Amino acid sequence: MTSEDIHRILTEKFSGENRIRLLKYALQDQFLIDKNDLVELCMELYSNPKLYFDYLACITGIDNGPEKNTMEVLYHINSLVNELRIVLKVVLPRERPEVHTVSHIWRTANWHEREAYDMFGILFTNHPDLRRILMPADWQGFPLRKDYSEQYTYHGIKVKY
Amino acid sequence: MSKIQYQYDPTHFEASEPLVTKKENLRVEEMILNIGPQHPSTHGVLRLEVVTDGEIITDVIPHIGYLHRCFEKHAEKLPYNQIIPYVDRLDYVAAMNNEHAYVMGVEKMLGIDKDIPKRVEYIRVLVAELNRISSHFVAIGTYGLDIGSFTPFLWVMRDREHINRLLEWVTGARMLYNYIWVGGLYYDLPLGFEERCKDFITYLKPKLKELQTIIVDNKIFVERTANVGVLPMDLAINYGVSGPCLRASGLRYDLRRVDNYSVYPELDFDIPVGEGKVGTVGDCWDRNYVRVQECWESVKIIEQCLEKLTKEHKRTRDFDPQAMVPKKIRPKEMDYYARAENPKGELGFFFRTTGTYDIPFRVKVRSCCFVNLSVLPAIAKGVLLSDLIAILGSLDLVMGEIDR
Repeated sequence: MTSEDIHRILTEKFSGENRIRLLKYALQDQFLIDKNDLVELCMELYSNPKLYFDYLACITGIDNGPEKNTMEVLYHINSLVNELRIVLKVVLPRERPEVHTVSHIWRTANWHEREAYDMFGILFTNHPDLRRILMPADWQGFPLRKDYSEQYTYHGIKVKY
Repeated sequence: MSKIQYQYDPTHFEASEPLVTKKENLRVEEMILNIGPQHPSTHGVLRLEVVTDGEIITDVIPHIGYLHRCFEKHAEKLPYNQIIPYVDRLDYVAAMNNEHAYVMGVEKMLGIDKDIPKRVEYIRVLVAELNRISSHFVAIGTYGLDIGSFTPFLWVMRDREHINRLLEWVTGARMLYNYIWVGGLYYDLPLGFEERCKDFITYLKPKLKELQTIIVDNKIFVERTANVGVLPMDLAINYGVSGPCLRASGLRYDLRRVDNYSVYPELDFDIPVGEGKVGTVGDCWDRNYVRVQECWESVKIIEQCLEKLTKEHKRTRDFDPQAMVPKKIRPKEMDYYARAENPKGELGFFFRTTGTYDIPFRVKVRSCCFVNLSVLPAIAKGVLLSDLIAILGSLDLVMGEIDR
């Protein structure tokens, strides 16, 4: 099944002008979707027997920097049974990056979303346990943002060395 | 002259790593037990917040990040070839496999993955499989330590030493190699390596049998691990577990076969899965059984690689392992998620490149141990405290990869 086929199956359910856009790349195609469609679409990907995407491999947060003023969340989802791979892309505004969690569908998402929150400050609504995961709980700022500058001291320790 | 940099204050710890469980919400018979971060059975700096009712565990909350080294931030500042030493330090007991995964991703983006000489590919697979055996040895040996058998640890460390010395001979380093380069290798194999490696395989085979006898066939070991920490297949898939932990749950899923990368399609090997021979499918015994079986499969792969490296693709005077190494590594603008089978599971690298710069815009590591650890709270609820250590060890965690 090619990504066009997946796109066709998905647009049957999610009809509308450019609701799901297929972005062709040289190596891996991406599906650009609206953030309000995310949960419904993931549920469809997970439960449709023709697709059955049962394995969430990775969630990546990306900060495009202050000039573009957007953030992205990429979902790499596999179907072990049908041997399919798909990449979903959600674009968020940089001022208040907020997207619904998918951790109730794939529980892998729980920790990956926590990591994206920790590193980029992307908020995942309805997440069961949105805490920092790698950095200490009282760390200031989100380290992987492009305009991040570290705090001067942390509990009396100089951060920059 | 050392100035005191840090003044201890108990409130600092409460602020930086607070307990998730509130003390006032506990029932009378429950208590919070803190394991780690400096505890030998946590295999590194992992801290577990355990809520127990007597000896029965009601909740486990892992606290990670004590070994965070900002790999992804570093990678945004470095050219592709200079990231390789950092990649070594992710899963530091299987550095060759990490390099192999990373380098394949970059080569795919550059479009030179089909032009790599076959000899280079076979050497890559050879050293990666040697490292896979050594990684599994660490997993099995330290698992023995965790549950109280000391002998197998000494045995596997003795045999792992041979692998370390072989790889030191090839690369000059014992654990962190920087050997596999984008487009080639640092050096060709040293003269006489193939014969020495063959001798080592002859030496290793009886030792693997011994290891099988003392670990997986041992009655004490079976009693201790069978039916403990059962991870059902559906739960494993839903949590994104990969590698031996997923195969022990009964799914025959190995990226070496699924993706058919490098020269693996030309090699003959099986994918061992857990069958629940002594207990339930997906228990701690199965996970270690799969690892021991995978060592046998790696031995098979190494033998075939040596065969090819001495006959079909044997060393020639004019062979240059750095011939294909590009002068400038600048992939076109794209997003690419590369993945490969590490000893511990699926290691993925996500790249975003701009096409105008030698430095990646974003590199994200999909770490297998990170995902494998996240399943721990689900399978450790309701077990005995001593079984928690058995389950944790059987997941084979390396904190360098979890915290990155």
